[in-house]
Amino acid sequence: MPGMQKDAQQLVIEDQGDRTLIIRFGDQIDPEIGQRCLSVAEALRQADLPGVIDIVPSYTAVAIQYRPTGLADNPTFASLSESIRRLVQQIPANSVMAAREVEIPVCYGGAHGPDLEEVARHCGLTPQQVIDLHTAPGNMVYMLGFAPGHPYIGLLDARLSVPRRDVPRTAVAPGSVATANRQTSIYPNVLPGGWSILGATPLKLFDVNRQPSPALLQPGDRVRFVAITETEFDRLREAQA
Amino acid sequence: MSVHVIKPGMLTTFQDLGRIGYQHLGVPVAGAMDARAHRLANLLAGNSEDMATMEITMSGPTLRFDQPACIAICGADLSPHVRNKPIPLNRPIVLKAGSELSFGERRYGARCYLAVFGGFALASVLGSASTYVRSGMGGWHGRALRKGDQIGLNINMMSSGLTALSRKLWDIEVYLPASLSSSPRQTVRIIKGAQWKEFSPESCAAMITQPFRISPDSERMGYRLQGPAITLSEPRQMISEATSFGTIQVPSGGQPIVLMADRQTTGGYPKIAHVAAVDLPLLAQMLPGDTVRFEPISLDHAQELDVKRELAFHALAGHLSALRQILASHIKRAA
Repeated sequence: MPGMQKDAQQLVIEDQGDRTLIIRFGDQIDPEIGQRCLSVAEALRQADLPGVIDIVPSYTAVAIQYRPTGLADNPTFASLSESIRRLVQQIPANSVMAAREVEIPVCYGGAHGPDLEEVARHCGLTPQQVIDLHTAPGNMVYMLGFAPGHPYIGLLDARLSVPRRDVPRTAVAPGSVATANRQTSIYPNVLPGGWSILGATPLKLFDVNRQPSPALLQPGDRVRFVAITETEFDRLREAQA
Repeated sequence: MSVHVIKPGMLTTFQDLGRIGYQHLGVPVAGAMDARAHRLANLLAGNSEDMATMEITMSGPTLRFDQPACIAICGADLSPHVRNKPIPLNRPIVLKAGSELSFGERRYGARCYLAVFGGFALASVLGSASTYVRSGMGGWHGRALRKGDQIGLNINMMSSGLTALSRKLWDIEVYLPASLSSSPRQTVRIIKGAQWKEFSPESCAAMITQPFRISPDSERMGYRLQGPAITLSEPRQMISEATSFGTIQVPSGGQPIVLMADRQTTGGYPKIAHVAAVDLPLLAQMLPGDTVRFEPISLDHAQELDVKRELAFHALAGHLSALRQILASHIKRAA
């Protein structure tokens, strides 16, 4: 393949057009690979390489977007790959970034979670068992995408696995907490969506005026879902307004 | 003192070089669809390249300037005029207070960029004044312009000596190298993508030999291409990862989508190719119904072309220092 470079540690760097390169760390959704992507993304952010304008980690890869400077330090795919390879080799393979623990209150079922019972039936569980598995520890934000502040969180217990819905909804309510393929997403605003909705959080996922970050959740955050009642949901939403 | 929107036009938004640095939080870059025309308009109006310009789509607005201003319009030719007098593209133009700028027949392209010396008075949202309409973010209240909007300008120019100023600016020769002019090319150059070899040989051949039609639902987010179905040899699930401006992704239906300025930051479809950065402006000036053909080039060649354009911009910016000095001397100082 044109522009694919590997080193002894099997670091795969590919071009994605002439202004992006992508470093690949694996081909499955896995906590260790996810961690690796995030620590490499952070190291690259710190390195502030010439011409690099954005760094976008995902489940198994880190994309580096750059543009020509036209100066002596002009980045090309070859020169940038070289700098990145040197840099990545200095990061210990098992380095884990300090992660925040974030609790996300969720009102499960009822009007907020129209698919809870269907998900329970599909998995051969009771709705309460679904809630218990969903509120268990061990979830991490792998990446954000699709819309501002929209997180992809995983991985849920293998018993709580449903595919995407056959017919996506055209409008999912903001705050909806939905699942597919052992992952959880939360809709920051009204969006179309094909995942099964288990409940809703009263928290605001994205706010341009929030400091230091507009997004409630950051890549790498440890997430713990906490079941709340409808009354608590209303009270918390009121408090946000 | 401001610009009054008498008529908003079809889709008029403010754009700069994009909301960079927040893609890891899912925030789309947005920014000018035709960055070449946007940068050019800024330089010709005496600005730095990253100041927000008005991106005007297909049918232009009518704007009244209630203060003198120096403007430049680049990109699509939508027949701009003041009263009944046509205004040339790619030139600095001095407007007197009370001038009404309007647009007429579309002669070429889809989008033009209106820059005003000193820039429009807009708040920066996450480091950019670009409008991202889907989230109501940035630009002018996060939306396209409407009738009755009044947008402030950052700089007040002196009302006296405008005729002399106009003459002085006219005397500055603006030489646009070919790499900065609107491209007469008939093909859009692409670089093969990571999954190129996973597509069927027929699909790969079709991609670079067959014409594609830009479908009616194409807009700032992406251009959908109608033509021969493009399919993988073996269907497979992809894990979501970052996308780029110009990424050509192919959903299972076989209809490729070129991701444009308002693209989502991540996607999970196979990528057959990527439009070379140097030809994104060409694509940005195409309209639904237009036909596009693709031509593969090497990554090295694409990057050479990209640097060449960058150097041309540097040279032009240097060349226009006289223009910036002349304009700076006409700024009205606060009493």
